[in-house]
Amino acid sequence: MPTVIVNNKPVEIGPSEKLNCIQAAERAGDTIPSYCWHHDLSVVASCRMCLVEVGEKKPDGTIAMQPKLSPGCQTPVKDGTVIVSNSEKVLAAQKATLEYLLLNHPLDCPVCDQAGECGLQDYSYKYGRGYSRLQEPKNIKPDKDYIGDQITLFTDRCIMCTRCVRFTREISGTAEMQVVSRGTHEEIDIFPGEPCNNKLAGNVVDLCPVGALCSKDFLYQQRVWWLKSKNSVCPGCSTGCSITVDQNEDVLYRLKPRENPQAQGSFMCDEGRFGWKYAQSDRRLTLPEQRSAGKTISRDWDVVLSSLGTTLADLSDQKSGAFVVAISPWATVEEAYLLAKFAKDVNPNARLALGPVRTVGEDDLYPKDIHGQPSLPTRFTIRAEKCPNRRGVEAVLNHFQGEVVPFSSVLGDVESGSVDTLFVLGGDPEGWISEADVPKLDKLKLLIVQDLLGSPASAKAHFVLPGAAWAEKDGTFVNHNGLAQAIHRGLRGPEGSRPDGRILFELSGRSGLFHAASLRQEIASQIPELAALSVGDLGEFGVSLTSAAKTEPQPVG
Amino acid sequence: MPINPKDIEWVEEPSMNFWESTYLPAVFDGLRTTGQHVADFHPVTEFYPEQKPDLPSHYRGVHRLNRDDKGRVKCVACMMCATACPARCIDIVAQDAPKDDPHWADRDKFPKSFVIDELKCIYCGMCEEACPVDSIELTNIFDLTGMSRQEMMFDKEKLLSVFDQTKDSANNPVRTHKGKLGHASDFTNLHTLGPATTVRADDRSAKANSAGVIE
Repeated sequence: MPTVIVNNKPVEIGPSEKLNCIQAAERAGDTIPSYCWHHDLSVVASCRMCLVEVGEKKPDGTIAMQPKLSPGCQTPVKDGTVIVSNSEKVLAAQKATLEYLLLNHPLDCPVCDQAGECGLQDYSYKYGRGYSRLQEPKNIKPDKDYIGDQITLFTDRCIMCTRCVRFTREISGTAEMQVVSRGTHEEIDIFPGEPCNNKLAGNVVDLCPVGALCSKDFLYQQRVWWLKSKNSVCPGCSTGCSITVDQNEDVLYRLKPRENPQAQGSFMCDEGRFGWKYAQSDRRLTLPEQRSAGKTISRDWDVVLSSLGTTLADLSDQKSGAFVVAISPWATVEEAYLLAKFAKDVNPNARLALGPVRTVGEDDLYPKDIHGQPSLPTRFTIRAEKCPNRRGVEAVLNHFQGEVVPFSSVLGDVESGSVDTLFVLGGDPEGWISEADVPKLDKLKLLIVQDLLGSPASAKAHFVLPGAAWAEKDGTFVNHNGLAQAIHRGLRGPEGSRPDGRILFELSGRSGLFHAASLRQEIASQIPELAALSVGDLGEFGVSLTSAAKTEPQPVG
Repeated sequence: MPINPKDIEWVEEPSMNFWESTYLPAVFDGLRTTGQHVADFHPVTEFYPEQKPDLPSHYRGVHRLNRDDKGRVKCVACMMCATACPARCIDIVAQDAPKDDPHWADRDKFPKSFVIDELKCIYCGMCEEACPVDSIELTNIFDLTGMSRQEMMFDKEKLLSVFDQTKDSANNPVRTHKGKLGHASDFTNLHTLGPATTVRADDRSAKANSAGVIE
């Protein structure tokens, strides 16, 4: 195995691994600071923050160091490479580099949105000098408040790492951004009349290590040190991007991609990034309701749930096909399991169906070439299937029903009048039934809707159960590739709504509290297709169902 | 843990001599103090509220929001005060400054709303310490009353009016006339800054005479 020596510590790397000094140092537990380098982008070595001493250990044991410092990001390591990142020479270079980067920086941290998660702040604190010797006026460039519909540029804060430029050239392929002028007058800009509005544009804000590129959506909403983050999964499409949910006092402020090589990589699309506003819209259902002949009977959780339980228990003798349960692909695996099991317990003849799977157009592949056609290799995919958990719900339905019944066939049966009772577990912000199809529900004797947003269909329902948005509940989503990832309750929903898992847990009359990890183990023991969930805690990156690792169930919670 | 008996030192009350046991010296000593006050004609009673006390300028009373030289609110909505506030009584909603308005050309951000709950506030002065532009200051107005809780929620207009009331009073000097973010953004009058942190003796670059040249 090739061995690299980082600050006198030998580190083994894989025989065919291609690492640079920064990555090798990371293996050794050392950090080499860097701004312009990003593992998903090409190397430019322009920020000079990662300068280190590099040398080689010869087979005879002598070490020959290069006389000059080398940028760690641009220097590949091989067997015998020696890296020194903590010598006096390197520390002095880091100090000088930071002083240069801050020469024209306005130091307006108090009004900068990046303050608190800023690379310049962190490195100045760790590697910088703490004061400036500049006595000349700073070179201040005017702000450009229209880089794109969602992006604004504070030109004076930029350190010219060109991560954003490389992102639009290499990952999105749309190449809207560029560097104009030379030397100290360098600026990031867009090509005239070509705003950065591609579907991955929001990522340049995350890539920006300083507060130059800011998201207009989040601008001045919160100071970042007030935000509390929870790991979650984007529900926007079946790619299932790993994200963090950032909230303060139960108000969701932003979603950020979380690096997960098993899911999507380092990025996420703007549809997901900005598409969560429905979760805080005033269309949210906020109180349960029991109706009879159009009149409200109760809006109290205890009353509604217990009378729903008795009503459903009375259905036990219904004939086959008269009781249909539709589980939307927006439900988590746990919710699908609880509802399917409950329905089959109440009435073994209950028919389980998959809620409508919304698809929009074709899979959108990036990078694009100049004609807008996807070019290989694909770096990011926005999938046409706009639901997060079709595979997970299908696995549950296959186990309980033996087949996956599409929602269209259920709707046909409902229209013909052969269905008496329909229980819909929704969650799709676009709704589970089109407005034109709502009259088809008229023949139902009993309609139970558990959903996120109010709709004409929920206005008709005999029982309405206000559920929670994905950011407000614990559970599991299985993405297009069979990767099961955990979502976590990041914030509380509106008063009166409850996490769907809890509603179904109480409805099924189980004792105790809804606990996703224990429920995952129960599911894994019953459904072979989901056996990989037996670990309970799916960790940061999730567990692949296809490579079902047979591990002993761990006690959780 | 029980106290070790070895650590305890017992002290006996000193015994009184003959004169002390008559208590007469102590009685005359007390009468002497009384006599001194009889002869002293300086009154110590304060006639509040007819006479207001003369408070020092560092007294911490009701807040004010200072105005800059253009009459705008000086606050840049950085929310450092709200972060520093131990009572969490400051609520700020920020907004980006109007881009096309030349009046706001030098500002990125300003407070759309700025509310201090004067009932929650403990008047510790941390907000004043935290403010990077010396916008929020505590005046020596101490006799604050209100008929309702809502009245004690001081919004931006009310806090600015406190500034207008107090800026000319001798006890509430406007401590700074700088409206910008610290020294570094004060381009016209830029001077070399002293080290914010201590310089290590082995810091070669800090000792260099000109930037970037390391001996």
